[in-house]
Amino acid sequence: MIEVSNVTKSYGGSEVVRGVTSSLPANGVTSIIGPNGAGKSTFLSMISRLLPMSSGQVTVDGMDILTADGDAMAKKLSILRQDNHLTARLTVRDLVAFGRYPHSKGRPTSEDLAHVERSISYLGLDNLTHRFLDELSGGQRQRAFIAMVLCQDTKYVLLDEPLNNLDMKHAVAMMQLFRRAADELSKSVVLVLHDINFASCYSDLIIAMRDGKLVRQGAPAEIVTTANIQEVFDLEARVEIVEGRSIVHFYL
Amino acid sequence: MGSDAKRIWTPAVALTLLAGLALLSVALFMTVGVKGNWGFILPFRGLKIATMALVGYAIAVSTVLFHTITGNRILTPSIMGFDALFVLIQTSIAFFFGATFLTGLTPSLLFLVQTAAMTVFAGLLFSWLFRGGVRELHLMLLSGIIFGLLFRSLSSFFRRVIDPDEFLILQDTLFASFNRANPELLSVAAILVLLVSLAAWRLRNVFDVMALGRETAINLGVNHRRMVTVTLAMVTVLVSVSTALVGPVTFFGLLVANLAYMLVPSHRHILVLPGAAFLAVTCLVGGQLFLERVLSYGSALSIVIEFAGGIVFIMMIVMRGAR
Repeated sequence: MIEVSNVTKSYGGSEVVRGVTSSLPANGVTSIIGPNGAGKSTFLSMISRLLPMSSGQVTVDGMDILTADGDAMAKKLSILRQDNHLTARLTVRDLVAFGRYPHSKGRPTSEDLAHVERSISYLGLDNLTHRFLDELSGGQRQRAFIAMVLCQDTKYVLLDEPLNNLDMKHAVAMMQLFRRAADELSKSVVLVLHDINFASCYSDLIIAMRDGKLVRQGAPAEIVTTANIQEVFDLEARVEIVEGRSIVHFYL
Repeated sequence: MGSDAKRIWTPAVALTLLAGLALLSVALFMTVGVKGNWGFILPFRGLKIATMALVGYAIAVSTVLFHTITGNRILTPSIMGFDALFVLIQTSIAFFFGATFLTGLTPSLLFLVQTAAMTVFAGLLFSWLFRGGVRELHLMLLSGIIFGLLFRSLSSFFRRVIDPDEFLILQDTLFASFNRANPELLSVAAILVLLVSLAAWRLRNVFDVMALGRETAINLGVNHRRMVTVTLAMVTVLVSVSTALVGPVTFFGLLVANLAYMLVPSHRHILVLPGAAFLAVTCLVGGQLFLERVLSYGSALSIVIEFAGGIVFIMMIVMRGAR
């Protein structure tokens, strides 16, 4: 369980995240939704210790993220941000293999290598293992980074807009992969999503943010309603139930 | 490069070739045009080569490590104002105590004082800047440029008001030359470089992770902040060694580091660092040989290197802008 209590981030005078208190479950898929500038990415960066918080506390299974050993934390929680720029020239396999670093410390065992191969094939990158990342399309590169994070084999996997650059087919495959990781390996996958319908169809829990505050938290059926969409996104939309899922129709 | 060429050009092949080139230039330097007493010439040239190898190694390793922690391949430690500080320290000693004092002080003592001053400077600048937010490294680089400018201006101010005779002595110590090698200074420097190298060897895998950038490194459990501090201290010592031995050499590191990235097809520091060091030795020893034998000391090697490195620097900036 990730316990977040009263976390705030301010730059100068303006608060980007304001006193968010929540708890993220130890397994299942959790989606964080909200309009641009709601503080979703900042929130995710803070609970994954990438960004220092101005105030508040975050514990992961009881370990305070600020004082816990970085190495122990890397075996428990992994994070992938939106923009991943590399100066080094790496192949897909090199990158994915780095996911084993917390376990192998740069000396991979055969077990580590098996993890690498499994992650590569989970993400359908088998034909691309020897390609350099700068030779790949945006979607392929995104999948390579996700393979690295999955390869880290942590209980908590935090991903900031993992569907960026992915086509429909790969986006669906990605969400199914997260679902499987949660169901079969009992991992906790926390996603920042822009596509509310993906959030609605694949999550166990949805957290809605607006203006740096947590405004709604609950199961998809409770959160995805016309009234909530209006309040969170300031958008009039129709919500219909399709095959038991709430689907938001906002294109027309 | 096709896939066949990739398979043939492995890191092992690249490193073997680069090591061979470095050895060849050393062997040629030791033996070309030896007339008369070998017993005199070999130690004389050996000292020169040892200086060049140490300086080349220090510059190559410091630049690659600096690139790793800053996540760019254009900036070099000299942009942090280290060489400028070196010059400022020497100039202020000459200014306040007289150049006779500068030449009178034992070289190794002077060197240790300079290294200590530089490490203190980096530590201060760093801890001062590190209290800031996320972009501490960029802020630090900017501050480095400003500090460099300040130190250069201060030195040139001192030089303007200094006694002309003392200025001549000072100028002599400031410009890079491999003919002023000093065995005592060299051994002190070698010990420092050895210590840094041992530390770098232990951290070799961590450097690979650091090269992925701050966020990925933290995700993989590396204490990024501490590693940046430790690496910066190592870079400081290496830069001190090279500047104390031959004076400021701004663009040489950029040249060999980027050549190494191009020629050694790997992201691993355990392969790239030796590659860069071999290239540095080849360039320095080979260049000096060429200068002595072909141009008969027509020019200083540092000027040639700075010219070539400066062109590469400008090209890299222009190409990055075009992209």
